[in-house]
Amino acid sequence: MSTENTPPAAPKPTRLAPIVTLDAKFFWDAADKGEFVGEQCADCGKLRFPPRPMCPYCHSVKREVVPLSGRGTVYSWILPRHPMPFGFKEAPIVATIELEEGEHYRLVSNLYGVALEDVKAGMPVEVFFEPTMGNHQVPVFRPRAK
Amino acid sequence: MARTFKDAAIAGIGATEFSKASGRSELQLAAECSKAALDDAGIHPSEVDGMITFTIDNSDEIGLCRCLGVKDLAYTGRIPGGGAAAVATIYHAMALVNAGVCNTVLIWRAMNERSQYRFGQPHTQNIGPQAGNGTGSLLWCMPFGAQTPATWESLTAQRYMQQYGVTNEDLGRLAVVQRDYAATNPAAWFYQKPITLEDHQSSKWIVEPILRLLDCCQESDGGVAIVVTSLERARDLKQKPVRIVGACQSIPYNVEVISNYYHADLSMMPEAEGTAKRLWAQTGMKPSDMQAAMIYDAFTPQVLKQLEAFGFCKRGEAKDFIKGGHIGRGGSLPVNTHGGLIGEAYIHGMNSVAEGVRQIRGTSVNQIGSVHNVLVSSGMAGAVLAKD
Repeated sequence: MSTENTPPAAPKPTRLAPIVTLDAKFFWDAADKGEFVGEQCADCGKLRFPPRPMCPYCHSVKREVVPLSGRGTVYSWILPRHPMPFGFKEAPIVATIELEEGEHYRLVSNLYGVALEDVKAGMPVEVFFEPTMGNHQVPVFRPRAK
Repeated sequence: MARTFKDAAIAGIGATEFSKASGRSELQLAAECSKAALDDAGIHPSEVDGMITFTIDNSDEIGLCRCLGVKDLAYTGRIPGGGAAAVATIYHAMALVNAGVCNTVLIWRAMNERSQYRFGQPHTQNIGPQAGNGTGSLLWCMPFGAQTPATWESLTAQRYMQQYGVTNEDLGRLAVVQRDYAATNPAAWFYQKPITLEDHQSSKWIVEPILRLLDCCQESDGGVAIVVTSLERARDLKQKPVRIVGACQSIPYNVEVISNYYHADLSMMPEAEGTAKRLWAQTGMKPSDMQAAMIYDAFTPQVLKQLEAFGFCKRGEAKDFIKGGHIGRGGSLPVNTHGGLIGEAYIHGMNSVAEGVRQIRGTSVNQIGSVHNVLVSSGMAGAVLAKD
C-alpha cells in the first residue's frame, strides 16, 4: 500500500507539561480543552490569581470557575538566551501578560507573532494554545487588533 | 536563667575557601566554617545553644551538632526565602538573644552549588513550589521557558528598566565596581580580575535585553558561618563586638521571592521598601547614617532597586547614583566591598553579611576610612551593624 498520501507525523511536542497542583487543576484541565478560565470567590465574586483555596477578601472557601476573555496587554518581556530553556529549539519570548479582567491579574506566558524589538508595553494580545509533552496544552499569546 | 532583654552582637565570622569544586561534602563545609566562626569568637563549639540556617540548606542540624559536639541545643530554626531572606538569619539570632532564650547562636550556610548542583541551569522539576521556599509560583513559569533565576529576575527587572529608562550599560557600571573590589580581595574568586565596561558590554546575553553574563552572580562551593551572642558577653570575647542595632524582615501581601509577578507594581521591590521602613523605624537611623552597604546582588538590577528602596537615592535614580561614583572606592556609600556575590562568591548572601562585620571591625581587605554603621540587606530582610 502506498504511503505517499500519508502526512508525516507531526513532531512530538517538547515543551514541558504543566506542573498540576490540586488547587490549580481546574485551570490546566480547561487548557487541555482549549478553554481559558479563572477562579473567583463564589460568595463575594472577586477574581484571584494564582489560584488558592480561600478568598483573601471574605475568607470563603467556595470557589467557581469562570471563563476569561483571553485578551490582555503586555506588561514585561524578555528573551532567555543562555542556557536555552528546556523543551525549546529556539528561545521564546517570555512575557508577563496583564489580563483585561483585572488590573494586576498577570500570567507568565509566551508571546508569538512579534519580534523582540517590536514588543511594546501595553501591546494588546490574545490567547491561543500550544501543545506540551504528555498531551497537554498551555495558554500563550499573540498580538491582536485593538 | 531568668529571661531578660539583652542586646545582641556578632562575635565571630568564619568561612571556607570559595571555589567551583570543594571536593568534600556540604556537611564538612558547614562544620569547617562553623568551627572557624566559633574559633574567631573564642567560643568552644560545645557551647552553641541555637542554630539557624536556610530551609534549602542540605545539611542537617543534628549532623552538624554531631560534628561540633554541641551539648544541648535550645533552639533550631530555618528561614524560608533563599538568599532574599539571608539577613533574616541575623534577625532570628538577634531576637533569640534579645529574648534571653539563647546565648550562642550559630548561623551557617554551606553548599556545593557549583560542583554538586547548579542554581543557574534550567529547573524543570517542582523545585520552587515546595513550602518554605517562598517561590510557590515558579510552577506558572516552567512550561514557558522561564526556568532559571536569571529569567525569573528579568521579568521584573525589565519592568523596572522600561519604567526608568535604565539600560544594560547602566547595570554594567555596577558590575565593574564590584569586580574592582573583588580584584583586591584574595578570598574572591575573581581576585586580580577586574573588568571594564567594554568587557561587560561584550559578554554574552543571558537574558536579552536585561542581563549579560557579567550581570549574574557566580555559582560557588563554600560555606560561611556567623556567631551571635549578647553584646555584654561579646565584649569579653576575642574580637571587637559588632552590635546588631536592628534587624527585620518584610513580606508584603502578594510578594514572592523571585516568581514575584502578582503585586501592584513590578518596577519596585515592596519587600525591600517594607524592610527599609521597618528597619529605619526600629533603629531610629536613616540612609545618611550608613557609611557602607552590603546589598544582595544575585543579579545587578536587584542592587539598584534596593539602593532606591532604602532611600540612598530616589526611585529610578540608582543608575545615576552609581554613575556618580558613590558606591565605588572613595564614594559616599561603598557597596559590596568584598566584590559581592558577583565578584567574591555566591554563598547565598551570607558572605556579604561577613563583609559588613569586617568593615565594622576595621579588618576588610578593602577597608573604608571611618565606619560606624553598615547596612546589610538581602531584599526581604535587613540589618544595621555598628561599632560598640
